[in-house]
Amino acid sequence: MSRNYLLSDSIISPLGFSTKENLAAILRSESALKWHNNSRFFENGYYAGLIDESIIDDKFNELGSPDDYTKLEKMIILAIQQVLDEQPDLEIENTGLIISTTKGNIDELEKSKFSPDRVYLWKMAEVIADFFGFKTKPIVVSNACISGGLAIKTANDLISTGRFINAIVAGGDLISDFVLSGFQSFQAISPEPCRPFSNDRQGVSLGEAAAAILIGPANSDASEKVAYLDATTANDANHISGPSRTGEGLFQSISRLFQHNNIEPSQIDFLSAHGTATIYNDEMEAIAFNRAGLDHVPVNSFKGYYGHTLGTSALIESILTKHSLLSGQLFNSINYSASGVSQDLNIIEKNKKKDLTLALKSASGFGGCNLAMLLKKGGI
Amino acid sequence: MSQNLFIRNSVVIRDSRVWRDGELIFKNETETTLSKFLKAIYKHQNLKYPKFFKMDSLSKLGYLGAEILINGEIQDKNTALVFSNSASSLETDEAYAQTMQDFPSPALFVYTLPNIMLGEISIRHQLRSENVFFVSREFDASLYIDYSKALFQEKKADNVLCGWVDLHNNDYDVFLWQIARSGGIDFNEEELKKLYLPTHE
Repeated sequence: MSRNYLLSDSIISPLGFSTKENLAAILRSESALKWHNNSRFFENGYYAGLIDESIIDDKFNELGSPDDYTKLEKMIILAIQQVLDEQPDLEIENTGLIISTTKGNIDELEKSKFSPDRVYLWKMAEVIADFFGFKTKPIVVSNACISGGLAIKTANDLISTGRFINAIVAGGDLISDFVLSGFQSFQAISPEPCRPFSNDRQGVSLGEAAAAILIGPANSDASEKVAYLDATTANDANHISGPSRTGEGLFQSISRLFQHNNIEPSQIDFLSAHGTATIYNDEMEAIAFNRAGLDHVPVNSFKGYYGHTLGTSALIESILTKHSLLSGQLFNSINYSASGVSQDLNIIEKNKKKDLTLALKSASGFGGCNLAMLLKKGGI
Repeated sequence: MSQNLFIRNSVVIRDSRVWRDGELIFKNETETTLSKFLKAIYKHQNLKYPKFFKMDSLSKLGYLGAEILINGEIQDKNTALVFSNSASSLETDEAYAQTMQDFPSPALFVYTLPNIMLGEISIRHQLRSENVFFVSREFDASLYIDYSKALFQEKKADNVLCGWVDLHNNDYDVFLWQIARSGGIDFNEEELKKLYLPTHE
């Protein structure tokens, strides 16, 4: 079976407008999470990773008219454009476009600046596809907070069934009033920047970002690339808005993935966790990772850098995992203080260099969904 | 790696009617609203699942479609769920946005994701299996075929429950079917479209 690789990528976030800028900011231990006091839902303000639209418009001016596109569309277009710039020989007629998002242009429900159909996720995807002249119909994956990882899986699977030769996976979500008020109604938002897996964690911080990556066969030396090996999903079958106490779905997704690919837990060099910093999520993950024999594997959560970027998070974290593998760099799980889960985990507490070959990415979300994905450096 | 896949059975809920395998099994003569129609199906099917009454209308449509399709229990607990629709969770999104002006409702917010329906079906049937939710402008037969084929090829499932469960502005359109390696109609675009829109042939 032919393999697909994680090729050119881009991250558009408060930490920078390219993957390179984002990686540099992470190495400097910068966080996108800043205090904001612009929401009617937070009397005392809140911490989040937000991008000012005027900064996006400055960048977007080189590509088109900022007034013709929503904030989220512009962010996703900027990300895709960077990928295409790195791949001048890419044949767009053979390339699929897969969009990962939970809420798309949901802010348009209130703003109504564009035509009403812009709130449909497929419409946003078509606007983006038309901007670049994609010939295949765009596909939208909207599966809560595992969407970004599931979109990569979808790209691989649809390439393997011959739907297209390559695919660009692009994701984005905004921290709109809709999302902010919803998480606040759950009392899930931390009063300070989120602290994944820590004993003083108090909930999530939210962040907005977009990202894009090209998935496809390696047309040149594969030894310097990161391959997508496989991914599995599993539902908790337990609760629609809370994680399973036993981490059942996450454990099932990881153990099936290992069985399917004849992988032993000891072979995993790095684990990129979901790590939202809610009490129940992080505890659930710790239990699932221990059940899967991953307690010694260096693990981090990137949520302290970006906040929870919803439908983009697993996509951004997969891109960062790819770069961890390529550069042999373990990134500090920022904002971690001391263990606040019942099981042992090997949390990465400072940046360090290490030879890395095989990484596991996991994600979990509302609706009881869980995903586990294996990424490997070099030829298979 | 070619393989033969078959559509084992199907359900359509549309225009105040319910069809199973092409046969009309329920017709709503009197009820006018969607919520009353959904409750009428629930009663007609003699279902006993109190969680039904907590669901939003989109999840109710998916739950009811699945109950009628499988007619009891899903035997294969590894049955994958491959679902999509056009309007995502917009019906509930709009209802939640109304409450935002006043007191944002956590009970509504939890249903502002389309894949919650997959969680509800998984809970009901205790499925810890593969899930995916796509959004497309209209029913995209080839997307279900390509994604399901990959699940079979990669040996991630031996049975797939597919669903198109769409709801917006009280307009609903529901089509569910199961795919397996044997039994039933050939699983291809033409047959799928025939089952989805038999009246438009």
